[in-house]
Amino acid sequence: MGEMEQMKKEAEALKTQIEAARKAVHDTDMASAAAGVAPAPQVQLKTRKTLKGHLAKIYAMHWSTDNRLMVSASQDGKLLIWDSHSGNKVNAVPLKSSWVMTCAYAPSGNLVASGGLDNMCTVYNLKTPVIKTVKELDAHTGYLSCARFLSDTEILTSSGDTTCALWDLETGKQKTVFLNHVGDCMCLSLSPDMNSFVSGACDSLAKLWDVRDGQCKQTFQGHTSDINAISFIPSGNAIITGSDDCTCKMYDIRADQEVICYQDAALNSGVTSLALSTSGRLIFAGYDDFNCNIWDSLKGEKVGVLSGHDNRVSCTGVPEDGMCVCTGSWDSFLKIWN
Amino acid sequence: MARDMSDKEILKMELEQLQKEVKNTREPVSKTAKEICEWVEAQSAEDPLIKGVPEDKNPFKEKGGCIIT
Repeated sequence: MGEMEQMKKEAEALKTQIEAARKAVHDTDMASAAAGVAPAPQVQLKTRKTLKGHLAKIYAMHWSTDNRLMVSASQDGKLLIWDSHSGNKVNAVPLKSSWVMTCAYAPSGNLVASGGLDNMCTVYNLKTPVIKTVKELDAHTGYLSCARFLSDTEILTSSGDTTCALWDLETGKQKTVFLNHVGDCMCLSLSPDMNSFVSGACDSLAKLWDVRDGQCKQTFQGHTSDINAISFIPSGNAIITGSDDCTCKMYDIRADQEVICYQDAALNSGVTSLALSTSGRLIFAGYDDFNCNIWDSLKGEKVGVLSGHDNRVSCTGVPEDGMCVCTGSWDSFLKIWN
Repeated sequence: MARDMSDKEILKMELEQLQKEVKNTREPVSKTAKEICEWVEAQSAEDPLIKGVPEDKNPFKEKGGCIIT
């Protein structure tokens, strides 16, 4: 038997073993475990603000930790910083490349980052008298799909080159490269304790990584298409994923498997984005069909919908204090709901 | 970059990962799911998007304006 044949055989045997180990602990699922939990109330949120200012599709948004400012990115070639309370634009950052796919706000509020088809992550300082580019992080060989700051000195990125990377913002160099996916990495989410993160990719897999040692610790299967959105639940024990297969899933980290699937026969649009309410009870999932569906994370039932955009909902975000949810769309508007 | 890797290198990478993951411990879903439920349920009581935001405390509410009676 050739070497590759041998490796394939061994890989299949290990996959079978892992599936058996997962099955052995699968003594129930989330919906059954949550049978005694009172259903979440039907959620009817109103649009409180519509933020108008972008001139083209919005691809990403991210809240500042101050619960008031947020950054949005559009293929009109701008990052806009908004005061969500007044609805006013506080800053506009012109981008060298208009093909932006992601933006991020540093926890300190001092920096924002953007990236996209230029394969770079550009970091800007908002606190200098004129907004300055402080670093262009250039090493990925594919598009930048997501970026998240750990602090003012470190940022995590995911890329179409199938890797994720941890960068040192002082040197502008990659400290660690996370290589294990075999498809474009589309999204990432940092754990609440910041020691690990999860990535979702076009290989239909979600992977859990140790930030410091660069190792992939766990791999979660089940989706049958690209994973476009991913988030830890606030307790850090599970993750939620959203996929082009039109479903969202919860994967339990300690049981190492899927424990609930959020799907509806009537839904045949891919999931583009997701965000959780502060308790983790509500999942706000944006879809290609212009809606954002609200799911009860424990019971798996749809409990509401945010309708109002005239095109795909491309991004969603809930600020740390959980006081609202923001949706951004290809219709060029952002809406704040509560 | 998995794109630069040969089929054999990719297979080797996948195999090595499986060899690591097969050793992971896995806890029963009955225990782990229950703990997730309990945590989430406990936090739900204070979750503004579940319990609602009172009009007078809503920072996103449209302010001012005239009421025509």
